[in-house]
Amino acid sequence: MFSAIWDTFEGFLIALRALRENKARSILATLGIVIGVMMVVLMVTIVAGLNASFAKQLAQIGSGTIYIQRFPWIIQDDFFVYRNRPRMTMRNYEDVKRHSLLASSVTPYVDTMRPIAYKSETVTGVMLIGTDDTYLATTDVLPEVGRFISPLDAAANRDVCVIGTTVSENLFDQENPIGKRLKIGGYYYKVVGVLEEQGSMFGMSMDSQVIIPLGSLTKHFGRRRDLSIIVKAKDPSYVADLNDELTGIMRRSRRLQPGEGNNFSINEQSQLMDTYKQITSGVYATGILLGGISLLVGGIGIMNIMLVSVTERTHEIGIRKALGARRIQILRQFLIESALICAIGGIIGVGIAWGGSKIISQYMPAVMSPAVALGGMAFAALVGVGFGLFPAAKAARLDPIIALRKE
Amino acid sequence: MNINSELIILRDVSKIYQVGKIEVPALKGISLTIRHGEYVAIMGPSGSGKSTIMNLIGCLDTPSSGDYFLNGDNVSEMTDDELAHIRNKQIGFVFQTFNLLPRANAFRNVELPLIYAGLGPGKRRERALETLTAVGLGDRVNHKPSELSGGQRQRVAIARALVNKPSLLLADEPTGNLDSTTGDEILQLFDDLHQQGNTMIVVTHEESIAARAARVVRLLDGEVLSDTMNGKR
Repeated sequence: MFSAIWDTFEGFLIALRALRENKARSILATLGIVIGVMMVVLMVTIVAGLNASFAKQLAQIGSGTIYIQRFPWIIQDDFFVYRNRPRMTMRNYEDVKRHSLLASSVTPYVDTMRPIAYKSETVTGVMLIGTDDTYLATTDVLPEVGRFISPLDAAANRDVCVIGTTVSENLFDQENPIGKRLKIGGYYYKVVGVLEEQGSMFGMSMDSQVIIPLGSLTKHFGRRRDLSIIVKAKDPSYVADLNDELTGIMRRSRRLQPGEGNNFSINEQSQLMDTYKQITSGVYATGILLGGISLLVGGIGIMNIMLVSVTERTHEIGIRKALGARRIQILRQFLIESALICAIGGIIGVGIAWGGSKIISQYMPAVMSPAVALGGMAFAALVGVGFGLFPAAKAARLDPIIALRKE
Repeated sequence: MNINSELIILRDVSKIYQVGKIEVPALKGISLTIRHGEYVAIMGPSGSGKSTIMNLIGCLDTPSSGDYFLNGDNVSEMTDDELAHIRNKQIGFVFQTFNLLPRANAFRNVELPLIYAGLGPGKRRERALETLTAVGLGDRVNHKPSELSGGQRQRVAIARALVNKPSLLLADEPTGNLDSTTGDEILQLFDDLHQQGNTMIVVTHEESIAARAARVVRLLDGEVLSDTMNGKR
């Protein structure tokens, strides 16, 4: 055991010397490996970065939050299947609120797009949200200035609003928005608060929104609107049970007979993550496949170079054999050599990928983890061992007399 | 080790090469015994089986039939790796073309058999330097073969052959690539090594070299033509 380690170390030194003697060729030989490792590592880095960023955005939805809606988030069948579903009603909301034991809060939610005006300024593309005071607890947003919609505002359907930072900046340049009256689709609303900045989710700004009491929204902008019910679990670990409970409540609320399918959807964050992973795994696999192909080509290049090296050094192998080198020792020498060439290629490839990830990270999330970097190098060395095996075996099998005769 | 006990016993050894469909006998039933401490020259014209017998004695090859005992071990039945082990421990080769690793310096060349013997670096350094000094190259340790003269190169090769303290020094035309002065120096070194108790076998076609050996074995057409002791030695 010890002698095997020792021999490997000796082989390592011999290989290192051989490489130093053939610098230019070794570097050329490893070019394919450099490109292959670079591609694979860069691909993994980019996809990992995208995943992390997606997961971060999803976290805004909250892992303990369930959305009961007419349509599912991910429509995999024909939309036709869902089209005839009845709307979500306030009755459904009342039932959920009354009967759910696992929910810590149940929030009604309706949204629509309306232009918002203040004096001569108008902003369009603003999300007008109708909800109640519980929205604060379900979504974890806080007003930065002023207050949120109060229970009283909600109960009395008051015409008050809480605005997002983008809306605030666009309408009230230097003014304090609190107490000002906005015009939303022809109706006046008093600003009671400004939300803290939330950034964007899936490319949609969360700061370009105005929140008003749900009753006020249905009063002014139509009551036949489709409702979403946002339910927050008492604990994120209850989500699966909550899902079952809500399904039961909703089926009763909508008077569904046993055997009838659900005519509503229970949406949660994990479904999005699953679908996202399904989509990216395809991209991921393609990238890995392409990198794998270049590694394969690189490996064949290494095999070729090693075969040339063995042929060139046949006389040397003959000398070594005459001096008592056993097959395994010759085999090991050439295996270590090809592994070393590839490992160096791997290091260069990882280095370039690291530089590339620095550049890419200015445009999209990409962070190289040490595990990926080390994995890339180790895999390159493995390719070296794999593709070096045939040339090394050829060297080990040489007849010493014939090898010695070859100059 | 018993001086005058048998080191090499060849018993009815034949070697047949297959060239295409034709079988070419290179050795035809040779029997030969060489004792510890002997200095033997093997002579013969080209095609006499000289190289073949050297390869067999050097354990680079095995006989087609017959037995070869080296220090009591039957070499004719050994595997490649066992032969490698024997070559490493028992045999020191000196070639006509030196066969040094061109890009390794004198020390690295001499160290090589010790690496394959599994010695640690400290021990290797000590032994290699000691042996290089013994052949008069103590001051050329870090020179590469290209930086050495022909005679010096052959001395490096001799040091490499001796470094593992083999039972047998096997030289193939050791002065063939040297001028006569350097050749004489090398032969003088051989004489000294023989005096120190080394068993020497020199394969050559030069009578002047054979004259220095104590015993001359002449081959012709794969058979022993004569086996004579030289003069008073």
